[in-house]
Amino acid sequence: MNREHPVLETRDLTIRFGGHVAVDHVSCAFNRGTLTAIVGPNGAGKTTYFNLISGQLRATAGKVALNGEDITRMSVPARTEKGIGRAFQLTNLFPSLTVRENVRLVAQAKARKGFDLFSIAENHVELIERAEHVLAEVRLLDKAGLAVSALSHGDQRKLEVALMIALGPQVLMFDEPTAGMSVDEVPVILDLIRGLKADADRTILLVEHKMDVIRSLADRIIVLHNGALVADGQPAEVIASPIVQQAYLGRDPDEIESAVGETANA
Amino acid sequence: MLKTLLSGDYPRSRVLSLVVLAIGISLLLAPFLYPGTKSLDTAAKIAIFVVLVASYDLLLGYTGIVSFAHTMFFGIGAYGTALTLSSMGPSFTAILLGMLAGAIVAAVFALAIGLFSLRVKAIFFAMVTLAIASAFAVLVSQLSGFTGGEDGLTYRIPRELTPGFRPIKEKLFGTAINGRLIAYYLIFFLSAFLFLVMLRIVNSPFGRTLQAVRDNGFRAEAIGYRAVLYRTTATVLSAVMAALSGSLLAIWLRYTGPATTLSMEIMVDILLMVVIGGMGTMYGAVIGATIFILAQTYLQDVMGVAEKATEALPLISVLVAPERWLLWLGVLFILSVYFFPAGIVGRLRGQGG
Repeated sequence: MNREHPVLETRDLTIRFGGHVAVDHVSCAFNRGTLTAIVGPNGAGKTTYFNLISGQLRATAGKVALNGEDITRMSVPARTEKGIGRAFQLTNLFPSLTVRENVRLVAQAKARKGFDLFSIAENHVELIERAEHVLAEVRLLDKAGLAVSALSHGDQRKLEVALMIALGPQVLMFDEPTAGMSVDEVPVILDLIRGLKADADRTILLVEHKMDVIRSLADRIIVLHNGALVADGQPAEVIASPIVQQAYLGRDPDEIESAVGETANA
Repeated sequence: MLKTLLSGDYPRSRVLSLVVLAIGISLLLAPFLYPGTKSLDTAAKIAIFVVLVASYDLLLGYTGIVSFAHTMFFGIGAYGTALTLSSMGPSFTAILLGMLAGAIVAAVFALAIGLFSLRVKAIFFAMVTLAIASAFAVLVSQLSGFTGGEDGLTYRIPRELTPGFRPIKEKLFGTAINGRLIAYYLIFFLSAFLFLVMLRIVNSPFGRTLQAVRDNGFRAEAIGYRAVLYRTTATVLSAVMAALSGSLLAIWLRYTGPATTLSMEIMVDILLMVVIGGMGTMYGAVIGATIFILAQTYLQDVMGVAEKATEALPLISVLVAPERWLLWLGVLFILSVYFFPAGIVGRLRGQGG
C-alpha cells in the first residue's frame, strides 16, 4: 500500500462540558478503505467523538480535518456535502413520511434540488428510482409505501443504513447499528456494512459493543476511556493489550467477549 | 393538465373531491347563484381567506413553525394597498404598486424575523412573533397621521371595480354586470391562482424538504439540508402570500383598519381554520376557511330562526338566541377538534381520528 494522506483526521480534539472533559485530546487518523471500530465503556465519549466529527457538537479545542481540509468550524450540512455520512444510535428518521420518501429526500439532497420550488417532486423520476434501488438493496422495497412510524425497530435500523447508502459519503459513521436488533436481523445489517466496506474508496467508523461483530468487520480498533484514546491497533493485539485490560476491562482477555456481549444485550 | 394544475396532489378521497369541487364551483358562480351584497361579500371573504389560511398552513402544517405574526403580514399587504390607493388616487397602478410594496415589506420583515429567531426553540419563536405582531399593531394604531389609527383608512378604488361601472346594460341570469362583479372575479381568480401556486410549492422538491425539516430538523441537517435556510424561506414565502391576500381584502373592502387585518382575533381564526380543515394538507385551508366564514356569517341568522321556532320553550329559546352565537361557534370548534384531530381533510382521507 502506498502511503497516502488520511481521509479523516482528528488532532487533539477536545470538548468540555463545564468541568467535565468528554473527549480529551484525541488524535487519530483514518485511512481510505479501512473500517475502524471504536470501543469503550458507556460514557467513554464514543458518541461525543462522533458528534464532534459529524458536527452536531463543536470542539472546545483541537481540529477535525477531512482530506487535509480543516472542517472543525463547519456546520452539519456543510460537512455532509463534503462527504461525511452519519447513522445514529437512536433511530433518527423522518417518522411521518414514507420509507420511500425518506430515501428519496437523501437522493434529492445529493442532487441539490432542495430549493427547486416550482417543479413537481413526483416528476423527478430519477430520484424515486434511486430511492427504490437502495431500498431493494436493504430489502425494504416491499415496505416502501409505509410510514416510517409503522416499521419495526429492525426495519428502521435497515432504513437508517439505506439513508447512508443513498448518501454515499466518503466517511461513513455507524453508531451501534445493530443495537436492539433481534439476533436473526443482525446479519442483514452486517452484510450491508460489509458490502459498503468492499468499496475501497470508503472509510468506515463503527461504534460497536458486540465483539463478534468487531472481529468480523474491523481492520483496527481504537479504545476510548474517560474521553481519552488509550489503545489503537489490530483487533487481536488491542484486545490482548495490557492497557485495555487495565483501563477498559480490568480483567482477563478471555472474559472480554462474554462481558461485552452481556452489556450490549442488557 | 389537471396533474399540472394540482401539482399531482389530488384530494385523494371521493367526498373531499366533491366538497372541494362544490366550493370551487360555488365561488366561481357565486354572483349568479347567490345574488345579494351579503352573499357576495361572504364569497369574496372566503376566497381571500383560503389564500391566507393556506399560507399559514405552509408555515404551520408543512414546516412545523408556530407563528403569531401572520396577521401582521396580512395587514402589511392590506395597508400597502390602502396607502397607495389613498395617496396616489384610485388607479390600477396604485393597486399594483401597493401589492408589490406590501409583498416586499412583508418579505423583508419575515426574512429578518426568520434569520434572527428561527435558530431558537419553537416556543421562543412563537413568543417572538407574538411580541413583534403586538408591537406592530400598536405602532399602526399610534401612527394615526399615516395609517388612520384605530379608524383605519377609507379610500376609493378604480371606477372599473365599483358598482357604478356598468359595461353591459343588460342583466345576465338576473345579475347586473357591474364593476363589483369584476372586482369579485379579480379576487376570485387571483386567489385561485395563489392557492395553486402554494399547492405547487408544497409538492415541489422544496416542499418535500420542508416536511423533512418539520419531521426531524436534526436529521435533515445530517443529510445535507440547511434547516434554518428552509425555515426562513418558508417564512418569507408564507408572509408574501399573506400580504397578497391582505391586498385583495383592501381592494374588496375599500377600507383597511386594525380590526379587519391586524387583530389577534383574526390570528386565532386563522389558526382554527387550519386546524379544523386539516394541517399540512392545503385542501384543509379551503374547507376550514369556507366552514368558518359561513358559520361566522350565517350562524346568527340560523339561530334567529331557531329562537323563533322555540319561543314556547323557555330555556332552549334563550340558549339559541342569536346573541349567543359565539358560544355555539365555540362548541362547534371543540367538537370538531375532538372528533377530527387530523382535521376534516385528515378524517376524509381516513387517517387519524
